Amino acid sequence: MNRTTRPPDRRPVRDRNGAATPPPARTAPRRRRPTSQQWAAWAFLAPVTLYLALFYAYPLYRNVDLSLRDYTVRSFVQGNAPFTGLENYETVFQDPAFRPALTHTIVFTAVCLFFQYAIGLALAVFFNQHFRLSATLRALFLVPWLLPLIVSASTWSWMLNSDSGVVNAALHTVGIGPVNWLTAPSWSLTSVIIANIWIGVPFNLVVLYSGLQSIPRSLYEAAALDGANAWQRFRCVTFPLLRPVSAVTLLLGLVYTLKVFDIIWIMTKGGPADSSTTFATWSYRLGFGNLLPAFGPGAAVGNLLVVAALVFGLVYLRLQRKQALT
Amino acid sequence: MNRFTRRHLTATAMTVVALTIGTTACSSGDGTTSAKAEDDGSYTIWDPYPQFDKGSDWAKLLDGCGSKAGVKTKRTAFDTSDLTNKALLAAQQANSPDVLILDNPVVSTLAEAGVLSTTDENKVDTSKVDPNLLAAGQAGGKTYGTPIGANTLALYYNKDVLKAAGVDIASVKGWKSLTAALAKVKKAGKKGITFSAIGTEEGSFQFLPWFWGAGAKLTELGSPQAVSALSLWSDWLKKGYAPNSVINNTQTTSWQEFVSGDYAFAENGTWQLAGAEKAGFDYGVLPIPGPDGGNAAAPTGGEFVTVPVQGDTGRYATTRKLVSCLTSTENLYDTDTTLSYVAPTSEVRDKQVATDAELKPWVEAVKAAKGRTSDDLGTKYPKISEQLWKAVQSALSGSKSPKEALTAAQDAVK
Repeated sequence: MNRTTRPPDRRPVRDRNGAATPPPARTAPRRRRPTSQQWAAWAFLAPVTLYLALFYAYPLYRNVDLSLRDYTVRSFVQGNAPFTGLENYETVFQDPAFRPALTHTIVFTAVCLFFQYAIGLALAVFFNQHFRLSATLRALFLVPWLLPLIVSASTWSWMLNSDSGVVNAALHTVGIGPVNWLTAPSWSLTSVIIANIWIGVPFNLVVLYSGLQSIPRSLYEAAALDGANAWQRFRCVTFPLLRPVSAVTLLLGLVYTLKVFDIIWIMTKGGPADSSTTFATWSYRLGFGNLLPAFGPGAAVGNLLVVAALVFGLVYLRLQRKQALT
Repeated sequence: MNRFTRRHLTATAMTVVALTIGTTACSSGDGTTSAKAEDDGSYTIWDPYPQFDKGSDWAKLLDGCGSKAGVKTKRTAFDTSDLTNKALLAAQQANSPDVLILDNPVVSTLAEAGVLSTTDENKVDTSKVDPNLLAAGQAGGKTYGTPIGANTLALYYNKDVLKAAGVDIASVKGWKSLTAALAKVKKAGKKGITFSAIGTEEGSFQFLPWFWGAGAKLTELGSPQAVSALSLWSDWLKKGYAPNSVINNTQTTSWQEFVSGDYAFAENGTWQLAGAEKAGFDYGVLPIPGPDGGNAAAPTGGEFVTVPVQGDTGRYATTRKLVSCLTSTENLYDTDTTLSYVAPTSEVRDKQVATDAELKPWVEAVKAAKGRTSDDLGTKYPKISEQLWKAVQSALSGSKSPKEALTAAQDAVK
């Protein structure tokens, strides 16, 4: 895109300058032109800068500010919260809920990511065969992605209900006793992970499928002529050539999964007894899930999440730059 | 050609910038003047009743009270859970409404924030209100509003299920007889009792009648009485008298379970009465029993009419007229009938029972009820409540014994 739009924008200007003015007078108009050009540049830049400042920089600044002050409801209203440095972070680190929340966040993210990618890749390879109705089926697989999260999460929580859920009813017919999917501490995290995998598979499927499209057919033909079987073709052709796309999918998936909130909140509210609490739900609970909001620690937990996502975001940018160079 | 497009583009860009700045300026301007509306002299009222639209009796009542006081009123309805944050933000911008109607356990939080004026300042009359109901709006010896109505919890029962199981409801007089009744119901192939033990304020609200009924205090979560109340619940779950899903039930989902017709008992509130009529089976209501009979104290629900602090204290005179109009005997009767609440004054309550005898068990329950933030707990209550619902969840899900769970909760509150 950039490469094609730039030349017509710049070249005529330089050409005209060169043609219209004699060499000695060249410097004057040149100096004037950049200023008017700069004005235009600033004007173009202003809307997006303003937008970023209003909707990204300021909220982020407010969140950092909230996390560094001791906010009570009183000081929230009257605006004289004392600066306490990293005290809120210390409170959060020393909270007995910190370690479980950290473990749950890591387990939730890692397991979701692994299965979403594996299932997404398997389906992408499957649909790449172009059999009859493959397009229709592929479209059907996108449904979880298109449904509003509140709908899919509520549906999951009904299906997994201990007493009247369809999952336990199905298990009963095969002779397995009821499982307290959402109400047993040992199962609640598993349940929300299953629901989140189901929601995340379509994203992986779409991205990986489009990645598969860009692998030239001739490579497979060559491999087949060399006597490679299906598994060898996947391992030695598909997988290595898909690596850049895979990396992007995994990193984007990681950032999305890290901040998953709605599914967990609707299905278990992080419970029972914190057994499915992640940083995202914990932060919400601190700030809004109680009659007496704890804005400071809530913002601190939120910031930890922002930092984690930022780190992986930077990894992603670096990776992208590397890809662009090759 | 080229110069033209560039100039043209510059102009467009400048227009865009100007527009952006213009609109943001406008919108922030709107934001700061919305609640007070000083310009047209109208008085703003915020309430948590979004179910009532402009044509409703409630809205008409507000208009009527406004014209009686000689001012225009401007009403905004919020979702209950949204109202606390909205009120805090408005106060932060010195932009509070003139009258704020809010859920009773939040009163002490907003009072602590300095958002609400005391009855000493706004001179609202609270003399007719029952002291046990008014207590939820009191902190540090000051009163911050007056209740518009009260609701509380009681046990609904399904007469058909009990008859089939051979249970005489008159025999249910304490925890032992209640548990025995549940056992009979289960034997008959029906389900015992449903309630809400979700990990939010609702869970604590539903547990409190049993907690208080046992004689436990919110300042001592680890007491033997508290343990006995939690053991009652967790034993019901263990024996299958209550479904495991109560751990994730809101009061609404628990009510849906009861309406399905399979359950003998359900713990729920006054506000479900209208739904009970439509349930399609014969139901009854009894106050939640204490361990050895008698009525347990249930927590009070319902809203308070409060007067947020204003920079211009001259507004209080008119605001007082509005509040006393809203809480006058005649209007209270209408309002509480619409909301399906029990009135906070004995005068209105007598009138309610005279018209509708079915309200009797509810009136009893409200008389025995207790505010969650009472006993001067105030803003300590939210912290205690969070630990309490966590303990309930830990015990019911089997991850801790009732005793361990409550001891841990008490340690966390300190």
